[in-house]
Amino acid sequence: MRRSRYFIGAALALLTGGMANSALAQSEIKIGEINSYSLLPAFTEPYRKGWQLALEEVNAAGGINGKKLVVISKDDGGKPADAQTAANELVSSEGVAMLAGTFLSNIGLAVSDFANQKKVFFLAAEPLTDAITWSKGNRYTFRLRPSNYMQAAMLVEAAAKLPAKRWATIAPNYEYGQSAVAVFKKLMSEKRPDIQWVDEQWPPQGKIDAGPVVQAVAAANPEAILNVTFGADLVKLVREGNTRGLFKNRAVVSFLTGEPEYLDPLKDETPEGWIVTGYPWYSIKSPEHDKFLKAYQAKYNDYPRLGSIVGYQTIKSAAAILTKAGSTDPEKLIAAAEGLSVGSPFGEITFRKIDHQSTLGAFVGKTALKDGKGVMVESSYKKGSDYLPSDAEVEKLRLKQ
Amino acid sequence: MAFYVVQFLTGLASAASLFLVASGLSIIFGVTRIVNFAHGAFYMLGAYIAFTLTEQFSGALGFWGGIVVAAAIVALAGVLVEIVLLRRIYHSPELFQLLATFGLTLMVEDLVVLIWGPDDLLGRRAPGFKGAIDFFGQNIPSYDLFLIVLGPVVLAILWLLFQRTRWGILVRAATQDRDMVAALGVNQKWLFTSVFAVGVFLAALGGALQIPRDAVHHAMDLRVIVEVFVVVVIGGLGSIVGAFVAAVLVSELNAFGILIFPKISIILVFLVMAVVLIIRPWGLFGKAEAPARRTPGLTVNPWRPLTSGERLAALAALAVAAALPLVGGNYALTVGAEIAIFVIFAASLHFLMSVGGLASFGHAAYFGLGAYGVAFLAKMAGLPMILCLLLGPLLGCVGAAVFGFFAVQLSGVYFAMLTLAFAQIVWSIAFQWVAVTGGDNGILGLWPESWAASPSHFYWLSLGIAAASVIALRIAIFSPFGYALRATRDSLLRSEAVGIDAKRIQWTAFVIAGTVAGVAGALFAYLKGSVFPDNLGISLSVDALVMVLLGGVETVSGPVIGAIVYKALNIWLVSQTDLSKLVLGAFIVVIVVVFPKGIVGMLEAFTQRRRPSSAKSSLVTSPIESAE
Repeated sequence: MRRSRYFIGAALALLTGGMANSALAQSEIKIGEINSYSLLPAFTEPYRKGWQLALEEVNAAGGINGKKLVVISKDDGGKPADAQTAANELVSSEGVAMLAGTFLSNIGLAVSDFANQKKVFFLAAEPLTDAITWSKGNRYTFRLRPSNYMQAAMLVEAAAKLPAKRWATIAPNYEYGQSAVAVFKKLMSEKRPDIQWVDEQWPPQGKIDAGPVVQAVAAANPEAILNVTFGADLVKLVREGNTRGLFKNRAVVSFLTGEPEYLDPLKDETPEGWIVTGYPWYSIKSPEHDKFLKAYQAKYNDYPRLGSIVGYQTIKSAAAILTKAGSTDPEKLIAAAEGLSVGSPFGEITFRKIDHQSTLGAFVGKTALKDGKGVMVESSYKKGSDYLPSDAEVEKLRLKQ
Repeated sequence: MAFYVVQFLTGLASAASLFLVASGLSIIFGVTRIVNFAHGAFYMLGAYIAFTLTEQFSGALGFWGGIVVAAAIVALAGVLVEIVLLRRIYHSPELFQLLATFGLTLMVEDLVVLIWGPDDLLGRRAPGFKGAIDFFGQNIPSYDLFLIVLGPVVLAILWLLFQRTRWGILVRAATQDRDMVAALGVNQKWLFTSVFAVGVFLAALGGALQIPRDAVHHAMDLRVIVEVFVVVVIGGLGSIVGAFVAAVLVSELNAFGILIFPKISIILVFLVMAVVLIIRPWGLFGKAEAPARRTPGLTVNPWRPLTSGERLAALAALAVAAALPLVGGNYALTVGAEIAIFVIFAASLHFLMSVGGLASFGHAAYFGLGAYGVAFLAKMAGLPMILCLLLGPLLGCVGAAVFGFFAVQLSGVYFAMLTLAFAQIVWSIAFQWVAVTGGDNGILGLWPESWAASPSHFYWLSLGIAAASVIALRIAIFSPFGYALRATRDSLLRSEAVGIDAKRIQWTAFVIAGTVAGVAGALFAYLKGSVFPDNLGISLSVDALVMVLLGGVETVSGPVIGAIVYKALNIWLVSQTDLSKLVLGAFIVVIVVVFPKGIVGMLEAFTQRRRPSSAKSSLVTSPIESAE
């Protein structure tokens, strides 16, 4: 699909010559999009569908101030260096107005640093690391998804109400897992000084040897467990945990597990009663989401994952920023984006001026089994703006350039 | 107490899963000497096909039948691969088969997503082994007990197969001395094919048996392949018992290690391997390899410096490359700089691998150390760029000096695996020591100073350093030192007999190669403006190997061409399609079949054939080869 557009574009350029080409360039605005398509297809396939839907809607509604919006998408293969090569191609060769996308935190940071150096606007879609808006934040970078900190704060709110005092943590051994655990521990201990952290397990990302990990956690006999693993690691952990009875009579709080990407593969082995962040697309009742859901299902005959929302909202936000700026000048884009409010399937969100974080929230609920499938129940939407530290604190966290 | 018993049993279950896959790899390597990089891919295919079959056919028969049938189907695919692909390249330079199986692995990774979709798949639980058994208040999954029994059973079957059948005797004979077995009139072709089939069957069976406890997904192969290699090497290549003991050792150390150091898993197997190889250079149960009977390479086509005409051609090519800024845009220039950097990197590995006969699987360590050296100097000491570029590679030099000292005590695949272990240790330090290295978020904001900031200037800088490095390495190759190094490669015994201190020569070569790789890494840090643990990672080491092999391991100019072709193609494909791995893998497989000596190697053979004088020289050299 992408390639055919590329070839048609090339053929057009050849046919109509340089003059027409520059005329074409003037009548369209390009966004350069980068993601780990080949490494993480489970997330990026729905993500791609999401942004393609948004692109269609934007252009059907007249594009950006009359100009057609075009997205040129590149794969980074999960490597920061390759992401920078792609970013460079998009900026230097394709002349895109802004960069968007990325999933992994280190890739998000690499592209954000590139954007800062080359003075290009960058809208990070998925990377969760707090660094991208705080300690390593820069004026060219904005981020859509609720950060590690925000998701931890949402979970802590529910977790602090649990009677459990002895906690253990299981997290993948890389930055995302480490910072998720660190923030959760910090916020939790503030609310509940009586809590004891009795064990922590750090399996390598993607390589969990679940049996010994489960056994080791069980040996510490915690009353509650914080889980940060996801994807195939989560499946293995849940299966071993179920068989070995790790989750019996223990509360579990878990990052991201309610997202269809990670919940659906668990099928009939979904553990019940975990407190999770996620996306219960089947139970959200709001006009904005209904509209999105209908359009998505009509176009793809499939249900959306959280990736679909992220992809959709990335391009919707980008379009809103470009429209408001009325220009592709990065400084004007920054000015337009700071404080900008846009509609989303989750309601209105704002890109904060202070740290360029959007106030997109997440759903917190409990896992349950329904007809042999995992679902989220008792879920409620948590607005991102309610789970961010005070402005004074943010200013301290965010290095001034 | 019950807890420790259960933890021990859990470790045994992990060991059994590991052993199944490792045993297959071990016998394939033992007999065919193929470093079968695709072993993980066969493991993954086994899991995927078993998933499909067990979903289709219900009941106990459906499940167990599905698992065995899946392994058999994959074994058939393995036979096909062996006959169609590998048979053509048994006589290619050592490790060339690694290139072919690497290409296959890339293809399979994309193919499974195309066939089975991107989502993680949850296989059925095994009928009869769904629950857990209570052991003094601790639960042991019954499937774990099944695996614990299965491991030794498979070991016993393999042992009987090897000790009590004629086929087994032939396989053991071939493991010990392939040429002798051939000389005695055994049909090696079918022996190799059958061994490959058995090995692949075991890999696929190992994968299929994971479906009741794992998710089936497209990265399963990577998860297992390196670990399995490590287990095979710790056990001793070709030793099934060794593989079993090593699997148990690694799994138990992990099971108990995480109780004390929860973060140990990431590096444990490599630590164990490094220690084992330093103490026992051929693994726990391996035996010293007999000195190579055949000169590895260069018997037909001796190396020679470029003629003056060729020098002029090379200069002209360099001039053309230097003119790129006249026509290319910023992107082309940045890609050009990246390719130039990888030319340096590939040339440095080539120096070690082709000239010294020491194939390193962890060469990225010195590339990455050079990059981190620059990052430390620039970010912490605040040194100017030119100083950083000069001093940064010294970190690579120091790393190479330390690790090289231990590594050159070994040879062949053991050398390769020890370098891999060191590289992984360095990688895990960069990954874990967040306070200094920034962990996997890396060190950012490392951009070149204004004099080198523009893409054309940086391109010229990279091109200049690349040209200088390649020339310097070539001078070294044709210097007395280079001859001594090649002597140690061609015949260790003879070179020592004429008074060459082989270990010192090899160590020096290792340090030179590491330093030059560090230069490439230092430039790379400035090109990307950042340093990540990726820069030390396995995939970068594999990239370097692929570049050298693609160009032609037996040639002098191979790495330059190999790096240009591979890197340019890689960047272009990644930019053009999401299926870059499929296309790149297919390309590599085709190259392997069409150019079994690498691109440059084939070109040289072609020009040789046209030159009548060379026919005589190959006649002269071939008796020498067989006489050795």
